[in-house]
Amino acid sequence: MRIVIALISGLLFGLGLVVSNMINPDRVLAFLDVAGGSWDPTLAFVMGGALIPMALAWIWSRRQAYPFAGSAFPEPPRFGPDLRLVAGAAMFGAGWGLVGFCPGPALSALTLGGTPVLIFVAAMIAGMVLHLLLMLMTHRR
Amino acid sequence: MHIDFTDWSMGLIGGLFIGAASALFLLGLGRVAGISGITGDLLMGNKNGRFLENLAFVAGIVLCPLIYAQVVAAPVIQITESLPYLIVGGLLVGFGTRLGNGCTSGHGVCGLSRLSVRSFIATGTFMVVAALVVAFLKTRLG
Repeated sequence: MRIVIALISGLLFGLGLVVSNMINPDRVLAFLDVAGGSWDPTLAFVMGGALIPMALAWIWSRRQAYPFAGSAFPEPPRFGPDLRLVAGAAMFGAGWGLVGFCPGPALSALTLGGTPVLIFVAAMIAGMVLHLLLMLMTHRR
Repeated sequence: MHIDFTDWSMGLIGGLFIGAASALFLLGLGRVAGISGITGDLLMGNKNGRFLENLAFVAGIVLCPLIYAQVVAAPVIQITESLPYLIVGGLLVGFGTRLGNGCTSGHGVCGLSRLSVRSFIATGTFMVVAALVVAFLKTRLG
């Protein structure tokens, strides 16, 4: 049941990225190019549209004891903002600005975007593995 | 500045789909639909018992555009960046989203809608840095 829900959610997420054209990094860069003269506001509408059902879902989740197919809802973050959060977000932002891909759209463009997308996703996964290895190394000490 | 009605209305509709997908993930599974988090979790294998559902979610995102291209029309995807940009950009996105515990979906969609202070700070940071990088590249490269 959980696997079916996850698959439907993934398909719906991918559909949203295609319909909004956020699968295309050029559109994302056109949003990020705030001072460019021909600013493309689409990403703001995508974010706004996504926040509506999700805000309702959080409200609904507070009235439910359990998810439909799970044992608990996610806890609020255990700690406040810290340097790791800001440094990580800044690194992510830099990479996002370089190419126009964040993780979701990059994955969604894998089958249709050709070699550049394959290279980007491979590098992205390498970055994640690098972080994982670094965490394992620092935790061992 | 140009505002194309079809552009932003499709953005809004697509956004609603993305929000509905995240809502389903939360209400159905009790999990935050953060792409970087789920992809990172997937790399851990099945030690957490979530391997198959992580895989199913990622497979949905990867395969949906392919199905869409067959049934409706192939979406336009323009990538003009050269190889070093793709590699450095990918590494930064992968490492940064794991270090900062989230990306546009986890912090941007799921965190902001929950009014999480951490997510407001993260989203503000990556939006501003990304815009600065775009502006910098434009002035440097013309």
